[in-house]
Amino acid sequence: MNSNSEKHIIVAGFGGQGVLFLGTTLAEAAIIEGKNTTWIPSYGAEMRGGSANCFVIISDSEIPSPLFDEADYGIFLSKAAINKFDNTIKKDGIAVVNSSMTGERTLRDDINYVMEPLSDLAARSKEKMLLNIMALGLLIRKTGILTKESVIKALEKVSSAKKPEFLKFNLESFETGYNLIKSTGFNDKKVEMAGC
Amino acid sequence: MTKVLMKGNKAIAQAAINAGLECYFGYPITPQNEIGEFMSDEMPKLGKTYISAESELAAVNMLIGAASTGTISMTSSSSCAIALMQEAISAMATAEIPGVIISVMRAGPGLGNITPSQGDYFQATKGGGNGDYRTIVLAPSSISEAVELTYKTFYLAFKYRNPAMLLADGMIGQMMEPVELKPFDLEIPDSSDWEADGVGEGVNKRPFRKLVSLHMQGDDLPKLNAKLQAKYNKIQAEEVMFEEFMTQDAEILITAFGTVARVAKSVVQEARKAGLKVGLFRPITVWPFPSNELKKAAIGKKVLLDIELNEGQMLLDVKAAIDGVCSVELISKLGGEVVKSHEIMEKIVELSKKYTGKKAGAIC
Repeated sequence: MNSNSEKHIIVAGFGGQGVLFLGTTLAEAAIIEGKNTTWIPSYGAEMRGGSANCFVIISDSEIPSPLFDEADYGIFLSKAAINKFDNTIKKDGIAVVNSSMTGERTLRDDINYVMEPLSDLAARSKEKMLLNIMALGLLIRKTGILTKESVIKALEKVSSAKKPEFLKFNLESFETGYNLIKSTGFNDKKVEMAGC
Repeated sequence: MTKVLMKGNKAIAQAAINAGLECYFGYPITPQNEIGEFMSDEMPKLGKTYISAESELAAVNMLIGAASTGTISMTSSSSCAIALMQEAISAMATAEIPGVIISVMRAGPGLGNITPSQGDYFQATKGGGNGDYRTIVLAPSSISEAVELTYKTFYLAFKYRNPAMLLADGMIGQMMEPVELKPFDLEIPDSSDWEADGVGEGVNKRPFRKLVSLHMQGDDLPKLNAKLQAKYNKIQAEEVMFEEFMTQDAEILITAFGTVARVAKSVVQEARKAGLKVGLFRPITVWPFPSNELKKAAIGKKVLLDIELNEGQMLLDVKAAIDGVCSVELISKLGGEVVKSHEIMEKIVELSKKYTGKKAGAIC
């Protein structure tokens, strides 16, 4: 049974967009905050087909199952991702969407969409920008599910473990995403797009 | 101790290395591939043996060879490929060779698919091999527990000179969660008095030893069977592991193992908040099955609800154990479906009305 503190996040896109890395960063940041967390990917056949997704749970109490039917938050980096998982977001939930791939069209009026052309921003920016980590920045800013500080610590941890040279890109991308807020009706303020 | 974010398969592999693993033999199959991947990286670095076998049959027979010399060895695989290993497991049980097998279950029957399942309870605990043999089988419900039980699997294999298996479902293998990677705190029992490590030379020469599964002479086989059964009785008497959660005053007793048990545990807590007296009995060793302990827990209960990701395979052991002391119901999920907490809760509400006449409080 899901306790009130339990937050379900689905991260979806296609192979190469850093979907699993994004999910892992969330889980690492949750540990840094002393929370419980689970992460489970789609494994096997789905990956070979090109799509990639992972389910992340963050909770103050024990987590019964890493799988869920309904998510509080979603990050959709591709058109296939939003088509497949849009319906899993709970009413009043939040979906961070890469509108470069999905277009600005929204499918539901009972959830909040945060739409940004992340692929275009990443392609246009002078600095190397990572669309997955920009999406992470957006999610953290919008939901406050974890603190900015713990996500930065998590990025330092996961980046140094994998590719240390990417830490700089990750931190810059996170900061960019965090400050990348445009008015979508429910946003509190407009902030200039940074880094592009 | 600090917790680290780790995938189940990787944690199990690290635990095996902590336990002193000398040889790993394996052939790829989802959902346990990270075990072999991790071993291929780590074992050579430690100067230990990693062999990517040409088949599961080869892998398990390499395990027989290595373990028969008293070398701490293992293989890992899944469902349809563990099926290929059954002859060798029976042979190890007969020759009393302490091979360790990690089984990360996928959905069957047949090649099935790669989603999580508990469909190999029969395969693990009853064995697909021939004859009256037993495999020690431990079933973790979290990754931290998978680490501890991996340690225990190696320990028990050597303690009893018997094949031992860690039985995890695909979810334990594939998920990540914070893991407490405790150090290995058991001592692998000495194998010097039985291992087939060569007879030596000169003054050090010792008598010839053999570890065989073919026993053609006279009453060798009846004697061997008697010896094995005595060993199995000892394991049954001394090694059962289980967890009881809020069972004392419960009216409804849930039985579940592995991942399902953690879902069930959360439902127990939720049901209690709604005023429903529910408890959980979780077998940790599924062989030896905690029969006496379960019967004790079931006495006086209105109904027992068994929940499994199979068609009630453990249910047979549950029914045999409780011997009719209370009614039994089943929630079963097949083919990779995972049971949801709300489904269990709905069933509990239904059973409460049916068996106790009680209705759930505010929460439901």
